[in-house]
Amino acid sequence: MAVRRRTGFLDPVREWIDELEGRILPETAGPVARLTFRRAVTAAIVFLITFVVLAPIFNYATSEPGLWRGAAFFTWLVFVVLYVPPWERIPTIGPYIRPAMAFGLAFTYPFYVSNMFDIPIFGAWPDVSTGVYMLVFIMMAIGLNIVVGYAGLLDLGYVAFYAIGSYTVAWFASSQFAGVNVHFWDTGVGATVPGIHISIWLLLALAGVVTALVGILIGLPTLRLRGDYLAIVTLGFGEILPQIARNGDDLFGTGFNLTNGPNGIVPIDSPGFGSFNYLTGSGTFFTSERLFFWTAILLVLFTIFCSLRLLDSRLGRAWVAIREDETAASAMGVPLMRTKTWAYAAGAFFGGIAGAYYASFKSATFPGDFFFNISVFILCMVILGGMGNIWGVILGAAFLSYLDREGLANTGAWLNQHLSLNIEVPKYEFGIFGVILVLTMLFRPEGLIPNTRRKAEFEVGVHDQPLYDVTHE
Amino acid sequence: MVTEARPQPVSHLRNRVSLTAVGGLTLVVLLLAWLLVNFVKTPSDFLEVFLIGLTTGCIYALVALGYTLVYGILELINFAHGDVFMLGGMVSATVLASWFGVASGDSGTIVWLSIFGTLIVSMAFCGILNASIEFVAYRPLRGAPRLAPLITAIGMSFILQNVALAWKGPNYIEVVDVLPHSNVFSIGGVDYQWNKLIVILITVPVLLVLVWLVERTRQGKAMRATAQDRDASAMMGINVNRTISFTFLIAGGLAGAAGLLYALYVTNIRYDQGFQLGLIAFTAAVLGGIGNLPGAVLGAIIIGLIQAFNEGLSWHAPGSDWTQSLVFAILILILVFRPEGLLGERTPEGG
Repeated sequence: MAVRRRTGFLDPVREWIDELEGRILPETAGPVARLTFRRAVTAAIVFLITFVVLAPIFNYATSEPGLWRGAAFFTWLVFVVLYVPPWERIPTIGPYIRPAMAFGLAFTYPFYVSNMFDIPIFGAWPDVSTGVYMLVFIMMAIGLNIVVGYAGLLDLGYVAFYAIGSYTVAWFASSQFAGVNVHFWDTGVGATVPGIHISIWLLLALAGVVTALVGILIGLPTLRLRGDYLAIVTLGFGEILPQIARNGDDLFGTGFNLTNGPNGIVPIDSPGFGSFNYLTGSGTFFTSERLFFWTAILLVLFTIFCSLRLLDSRLGRAWVAIREDETAASAMGVPLMRTKTWAYAAGAFFGGIAGAYYASFKSATFPGDFFFNISVFILCMVILGGMGNIWGVILGAAFLSYLDREGLANTGAWLNQHLSLNIEVPKYEFGIFGVILVLTMLFRPEGLIPNTRRKAEFEVGVHDQPLYDVTHE
Repeated sequence: MVTEARPQPVSHLRNRVSLTAVGGLTLVVLLLAWLLVNFVKTPSDFLEVFLIGLTTGCIYALVALGYTLVYGILELINFAHGDVFMLGGMVSATVLASWFGVASGDSGTIVWLSIFGTLIVSMAFCGILNASIEFVAYRPLRGAPRLAPLITAIGMSFILQNVALAWKGPNYIEVVDVLPHSNVFSIGGVDYQWNKLIVILITVPVLLVLVWLVERTRQGKAMRATAQDRDASAMMGINVNRTISFTFLIAGGLAGAAGLLYALYVTNIRYDQGFQLGLIAFTAAVLGGIGNLPGAVLGAIIIGLIQAFNEGLSWHAPGSDWTQSLVFAILILILVFRPEGLLGERTPEGG
């Protein structure tokens, strides 16, 4: 079957650039020059759109148009520096230049955020603590992407892994079990404080491992199922675990308080080194927020690294093979159960670490944080960004978690003010996410930044999958 | 032919199967023993709880049939179905109170006529809503991977919830309480109220009409044919798209009827209740064997009974805090041990 190439709305633009390239560049121009030229033209178009077409609208939309224009120009310059030069063609270090620059921008974010301009309609840039939240969800989305994007297993209960990670930290770094008094490399907690207090760094690893083990335990009996049956079983687990958390203050009438029920476990210790604690920070430079932010960036980098390396590994190729055609992959000697279980464990691992880190950042964990909504929220990030493409997933996660935290409130306030409405926009958050899910699936099922193979699967279609398989184990 | 070294994998497989069978049987035996002990301890409570379970089971059956019909024909878990049901309940509550002007405590023929009128409105509304959802969200994705319509179904579910949230707000809305609470009979401390009987009295004719529709009419024949093989039935001259729309219409109609009954019986409803109840009903459909109509009814009644026993019995019942977990545990156990359900047949496709 031939790949049916869908015509995008950008195609005329692309053709126009082709024509321009043929007219201006000499025949002898090399591929690097051609690439640079095309990108420069694109950057010029972006400039025109931003400052000629959108500027009047944005001037109307912001309170300080002059400030907006200056700052937007600098942002555009950053875009040009990142995008136009063919960095990736530089030998050896080429592929790393752009990620390194992006990383640098992210890492220094706390220094320039206060000088950032208001984005029209969306309002101020997210502050640093929202940044931490976004990074945590980026991590979870990358983890879910391993399961959904790489291996093609729809997981509707990812929130369970988030919950397990959070509760692991909550148990071992708080005063929840006041009957005992265990301290191990903890920081910022008095030696006489009851409960178990273990270093958060160890607990992050522990949470990852525990969550991965739970992922394997959940996976072993259920991964035999295919497609939507697997989805519904994971949904079941995603509902059961939070309910255990909710009812866990008096487990089965024994009086044993495991999770402190709906009141949640507060406070949870913060990470730190020796006498240097994240909760208090140190001076005006190492504020608590910044420390959490930078550590979260490191964790996300670790996740990205693992995820990319996994995709290129034997295991990762096996995942993609299973996603495209389970039967064929099995016939080629891919052990289905083991491969799927590993996908589950890897996805769970990162979900657990993210959950653990977030619990420590928030210094609390409540069963109300782990509803089915959150599973769909994370799934929405993966789908909007582009299943299987890690950069797309990062984009989707950053955007949606920003919307959740600040964006929707800001946009809603703007709408209400300018259109004289009175809608509580954040209240309809999940309706908006539902619209995003449906529209993405209908019009761009491959996501904003698609994965090439995944896109082909959506356009050509894949082999019809049987529902479950009783033959293999 | 060298055959002597071969048969090992087969016996290994047999072992596994018998092990799961033993595990499943043990669970069922334990469950029955628990029920028996409860029955001996408090027989009148037990019977009353049994009747409650039968009533909720009927409502679940109407919703579960919607899942099973759609699954049978499209192999799609229509996550939005539970929310269609919830909207049906809200529409019923509104129609009953605003159009027909029924107030709590009213009685007489006019109330029955109003309920009947509301039933028609609610069924029509939900049927058209469900068919439109299919047209907008699932039909364009016929050729896409199976995950795609599943994801839009989840999206639609959230959209419907938010429509209800915008319409009725985040709190429980009160529904007029018109079903009589007087006893039908009261034998040996076991009371049976009219409102429970009425739920059954409305459910049974609806189910009979459905069975007649699927088994006896031309349209039903087309539905069954499309469920078996979409391509082959298209070649036989069946308009597949119309048949699928019709199936969604019927499924929505059942959800509308269930919504009315739920609203009348429970007398309150909230925007997020549909999703939870939908999942329970889906479990019922899977328990009975998805795609199998009598199976869905049987599964729904079993789930209704389990829920009622769990919440109503006194001896070692986990209680309503755990209903959700219990239902999902059942769902997982069935899918793992017997994915074809109680009445389904085991095929590689599981249909």
